[in-house]
Amino acid sequence: MTNPQIEIQVIAAVVAIACAIPGVFLVLRKMALISDAISHSILPGLVLGFFLTHDLNSPILILLAAITGVITVILVEAIQRTGLVKEDTAIGLVFPALFSIGVILIAKNANDVHLDVDAVLLGELAFAPFDRLLISGIDLGPKSLWIMGVILLITITLVILFFKELKISTFDAGLSASLGISPLVMHYGLMSVSSVTVVGAFDAVGAILVVALMIAPAAAAYLLTSDLKKMLWLAIGFGVFSALLGYWVAHWLDASISGSMTTVLGLVFLFVYLFAPQKGWIAVLYRQKQQRTEVSLLTFLLHLNNHSEENERHINHLQEHINWQRVRSKTVLDLALKNNMITISNEIVSLTTKGKQFTELALEYILTNKDEKIEPMKDDFFLFRG
Amino acid sequence: MMESQPAIQIDDLTVAYNYKPVLWDIDVTVPEGVLMAIVGPNGAGKSTLIKAILGIIDPIAGSVRVFGKPYKEQRRLVGYVPQKGSVDWDFPTTALDVVMMGTYGQLGWIKRPGSKQKKSALEALEKVGMLPFKNRQISQLSGGQQQRVFLARALVQDATVYLMDEPFQGVDATTEIAIINILKELRKRGKTVVVVHHDLQTVPEYFDWVTFLNVKKIATGPVKDIFNDDNLTKTYGINYKVAINN
Repeated sequence: MTNPQIEIQVIAAVVAIACAIPGVFLVLRKMALISDAISHSILPGLVLGFFLTHDLNSPILILLAAITGVITVILVEAIQRTGLVKEDTAIGLVFPALFSIGVILIAKNANDVHLDVDAVLLGELAFAPFDRLLISGIDLGPKSLWIMGVILLITITLVILFFKELKISTFDAGLSASLGISPLVMHYGLMSVSSVTVVGAFDAVGAILVVALMIAPAAAAYLLTSDLKKMLWLAIGFGVFSALLGYWVAHWLDASISGSMTTVLGLVFLFVYLFAPQKGWIAVLYRQKQQRTEVSLLTFLLHLNNHSEENERHINHLQEHINWQRVRSKTVLDLALKNNMITISNEIVSLTTKGKQFTELALEYILTNKDEKIEPMKDDFFLFRG
Repeated sequence: MMESQPAIQIDDLTVAYNYKPVLWDIDVTVPEGVLMAIVGPNGAGKSTLIKAILGIIDPIAGSVRVFGKPYKEQRRLVGYVPQKGSVDWDFPTTALDVVMMGTYGQLGWIKRPGSKQKKSALEALEKVGMLPFKNRQISQLSGGQQQRVFLARALVQDATVYLMDEPFQGVDATTEIAIINILKELRKRGKTVVVVHHDLQTVPEYFDWVTFLNVKKIATGPVKDIFNDDNLTKTYGINYKVAINN
């Protein structure tokens, strides 16, 4: 690996982490779309900042753009508060308006400078190592690495200091407010950090990839854990993994780095969506199938419980009595046998003590919906997990 | 002198959403040590009243005092059980972690909960019978269990006054009895408990004070004095005689 290659990967990883952290809270607050809005509507802030400083990496420019990001959020909320439109409509109204102001400003005044719409939307990570931070002639590394490094450091510090506050204001804004932890302060804090991150990252990876880096890792992590801290770590892991793999895919295909990264992010999410052990698509399908079988089992046991006459319980008559197809009858019979709930003697099926107990408990649960009694059964049967 | 002050004193409280009043000129005094139900039809402003007491919503007029002082100075004396539906139960967290949130107010900003907070959270879970489920993800709990977790979280706040928004909503009979027993025990220990309540039949059995609310205050006082057909009809606009006699 050459030096610029390493530098590009380090920048990509830092950007990925800096995006994943606020992304987790945006996803949990159901505000994923806001990151999209911010990433576009910061454009007029950027352009104005560029006119003032003539430097795309100036802190003033980043600050101005971030302020535009927060203004976006304020505008969206103001429109929403009128009660005339819903949040998604408000977002759809605000960010194209701001973005188009930025586009017009560029077209009118900045046609001859390095600031074009393509660069804003897609970014170009490959060029990042060429823009060096030089202090009295000494090369300190790529500028964007310094910018994103500082942003990441601030983000990490804030998330560690205010983890508890972020958690409670995200989960239960009402309690949070009553305890004196203002959800409004946390909300605008998060929006400010998100805005600064988007501004800092978009130069390296572009406005569209920034959104992918914020949302996809968090969305994938959400499907895998029930612990906020683990969700943060997983999101960071997915982000860095996708960024690095995306870089090498681009290298092999000789394609756009940011495009490859976004593709990998999408594939990572798809993979998790399909295979996540609890919430994944396959797991859900499997659970539904099991649940159907268990309902059949219960129906079967109830039938046995209700009929003392042997002809109702004869193994060959079960099909006609419960009116099931052969395969289903066999699955249910095998399942009941495996769980020691029935015995078969002389082709007559009878409930065992265990089977009787189970049937009665299940019946009581269905009738009273009292949860406590079936607690031990939850581990064995999907049916009772709600 | 704390004893001489009512637990909550609401004067001339008016709250509006988009310039439309949802609570109009409310005066309610909650004496210390009572178990009070707030009843009224949907849209009567019951939850809004609780939120206004807690400073979650800013009133456009009037004042709320908790033991004689503004709520902001008395936060630690007040515990809150929000409506169960107000939070996302798919949030990645466990029952124990939710209960721990009740300690965040005492901790203040930045400070993290430690072993002391964990211990009191575990005790509260035990009290509501949820200790075996402490590590369960909250979406895996039944409605009644979720409500118990919320109650445990309020107990951890170790408050003097409790405000609860429909704690009996969507719970089965066992949980309802468990919750009311805890509320009665709180009252026995001298705490004040204010509950938004829907089931009119159980008001005389569960509560000793009641406030009838329908945008305006209809009546407030001891259940034995004011819980009658007259006030019910004024609040709900229909004749409630039959419902209560059953």
